[in-house]
Amino acid sequence: MDQILFNLSLLGEYPIVNLKIVIDGIMIGALFALAAYGLALVWGVMNVKNLAQGDFVIAGGYVSWWLAKYGVHPLLGVPAAFIVMWGVGWIAYKLVISRVVEKDLFTSLLATFGIAIMMAQILNLLFGSDTQSIKLDYDTLYFFDGFIDVPIAKLLGVLLAATLAACVIIFMKSSRMGQAIRATAQDARAARVLGIDTEKVYAFTFSLNSAICGAAGAIVVMVWVIQPFYGITHSIRAFVIVTAAGLGNLPGVIAAGLGIGALEQYGSHIFGIGYQQAIAVMLLLAVLLFRLIQQRRVRKSLQ
Amino acid sequence: MKKSRLLGFLLGSICLLFGQGSFAMDCDEIVLGAAISLTGKYATNGVHAQNGYEFAIQKISEHGGIKIGDKCYNFRVIYYDDESKGDRGATLAERLINQDGVQYMLGPYSSGLTKAIAPVTEKYQIPMVEAEGASRSLFTQGYRYLFAVLSTSEQYLASAITLAAEKAEETGKSPSDVRVAIAVENDPFSLDIRAGVLEDAAKYNMQVVVDEKLPRDLSDMSAILTKVKLVKPDVLVVSGHSKGAATAVRQIEEQNVKVPMIAITHCEAADVVGNFGDAANDILCSTQWAETLSYSDSIFGTAAEYEQEFKAAYPEYAEKTVPYQTAQASAAVYVFKDAFERAGSLDKEAVRDAIAETDLSTFYGQIQFSEAGNNIAKPMVLRQIQDGKYNVVAPSEFASHQLNWPRG
Repeated sequence: MDQILFNLSLLGEYPIVNLKIVIDGIMIGALFALAAYGLALVWGVMNVKNLAQGDFVIAGGYVSWWLAKYGVHPLLGVPAAFIVMWGVGWIAYKLVISRVVEKDLFTSLLATFGIAIMMAQILNLLFGSDTQSIKLDYDTLYFFDGFIDVPIAKLLGVLLAATLAACVIIFMKSSRMGQAIRATAQDARAARVLGIDTEKVYAFTFSLNSAICGAAGAIVVMVWVIQPFYGITHSIRAFVIVTAAGLGNLPGVIAAGLGIGALEQYGSHIFGIGYQQAIAVMLLLAVLLFRLIQQRRVRKSLQ
Repeated sequence: MKKSRLLGFLLGSICLLFGQGSFAMDCDEIVLGAAISLTGKYATNGVHAQNGYEFAIQKISEHGGIKIGDKCYNFRVIYYDDESKGDRGATLAERLINQDGVQYMLGPYSSGLTKAIAPVTEKYQIPMVEAEGASRSLFTQGYRYLFAVLSTSEQYLASAITLAAEKAEETGKSPSDVRVAIAVENDPFSLDIRAGVLEDAAKYNMQVVVDEKLPRDLSDMSAILTKVKLVKPDVLVVSGHSKGAATAVRQIEEQNVKVPMIAITHCEAADVVGNFGDAANDILCSTQWAETLSYSDSIFGTAAEYEQEFKAAYPEYAEKTVPYQTAQASAAVYVFKDAFERAGSLDKEAVRDAIAETDLSTFYGQIQFSEAGNNIAKPMVLRQIQDGKYNVVAPSEFASHQLNWPRG
């Protein structure tokens, strides 16, 4: 308790720290939002809850890291990871996911859990279990007597993430394929009746998700660290964010990602960093409870 | 099958005819068992340990093997892959003992795995010398057959506190003015480290201003570092395996955190110099062993010679420093050799008693076991990263370089 009061008093004493916490939180949230965005896509369109989401992120990170070892600039690693992971996603779809799309929830959870385990172990065999990261030789910007620091590498990462998200949103809104994806999400059978090749849409959606994750991973490796078994962190957060934002609400997913990032930072500053993840999950609980109460009210009025 | 037996018989008779000279070089085998992580999250270090075992076995056989009475023996190890999982490790230990009839065990990698296997070896009264499990909790269970050549984890960073106290006195301050910040991962190993640091800080009456536990899965500690920046401690201690080390070094630089002394664990495993270059300068890293230490013995030579010969035998290490995980694994095998020779028999109880009485100088350091089975003769070493090199700066009697202080 004393610790918490002390932490609160620090916030009061140095108000500028509040701004720093929000900035840090948004930068963290932006990366989690990207993977969550992909998850929302697959969940919404194919009704597959992809537990391997985080492992796609880590795999993308390894693509970029591996290329960087051979002198490829880490920023080019982002599109490279996008392309490579597109392929990986397509293979995963053809081998496994296509067989479970129309099956019940439990089958798809088991299948994607299996993919997650396989991927983590394959990465471990290929690259070893050491933690890896890429250091970009960019400076850090300091504001307010050095209280606020914005590493340019992180800033670039967030900008890349934002660009990618914007591209995907525009693509979904205006391209033919984007329309087909949205139509399939609304009603797969009707879409088939109207001549949309839903099998192709599914394959495309899953590959796109995998590619987005891969690009997110290539950014993660520049600002944090990766290791074959860290995928689960990203998976959990993606689930929390998507559940909190609700399906079919892609801008909501991004907002929820940023918000959770910022709230986590606040929580960890006040209650101790050990509670950081607990805060994310508590937040999810609160959102779900709120939703439940809201829905009950709606139902009552319908009766 | 029959043919080869016949051939063997013939060859045997020929050898008998021509005298027994050719047999003198052929030693019998002593079989050791080890469940070790060759896949899974500890795979890298598991392989380091296995290489250490194998290198020691080879060196011992080059030096005439293990002499018991007038017979000589060589070690052979049966390895199983525990996949970095505790339950698997325990099952494999049962299998080694019951099916393979192993009478003596070498340890697995990590405290967690050792904790899983120790009850099994204890049940069957199989002596186990382990080299990779440092958790203090392993030595509070009253195990009789468990011995560890390495220093226990609460000592890992405690020497940084002593060093900070020394520095405070040098600059005319009292050690009780030193303010300590601690950020450790929430796992048994790191909590031991925290306990050791807290204990030593209390001894000097230092004030602990930040005491945070990092969640296991998160690779971001900016919230802690922001706090550190605000309260300005004199020492910052971070322990969170290689992820913790990498995250700390990266974010300390990014956030421009100025603390006079920063001590972390797992610098080598995270390759902080290779990954972060100058950002890692002047950070203190704890290690069980360093190749520049002045220890030596008759089998492996000096610590430096051990490193050279190991690199020659395992070229994949040529580019990096030999990890201490490898050195201590070799030391564990050496303890067995010494114990077998002093016991003068293959009886496991006699060997167990001989191990308990070990007082051995090795290239890895002095080895002497407490009642509880941990090594009490070897200190932890602190190295400072100076211009990308790991230089020993504490304890002072083994230090090869001066400490750069204050940092930053």
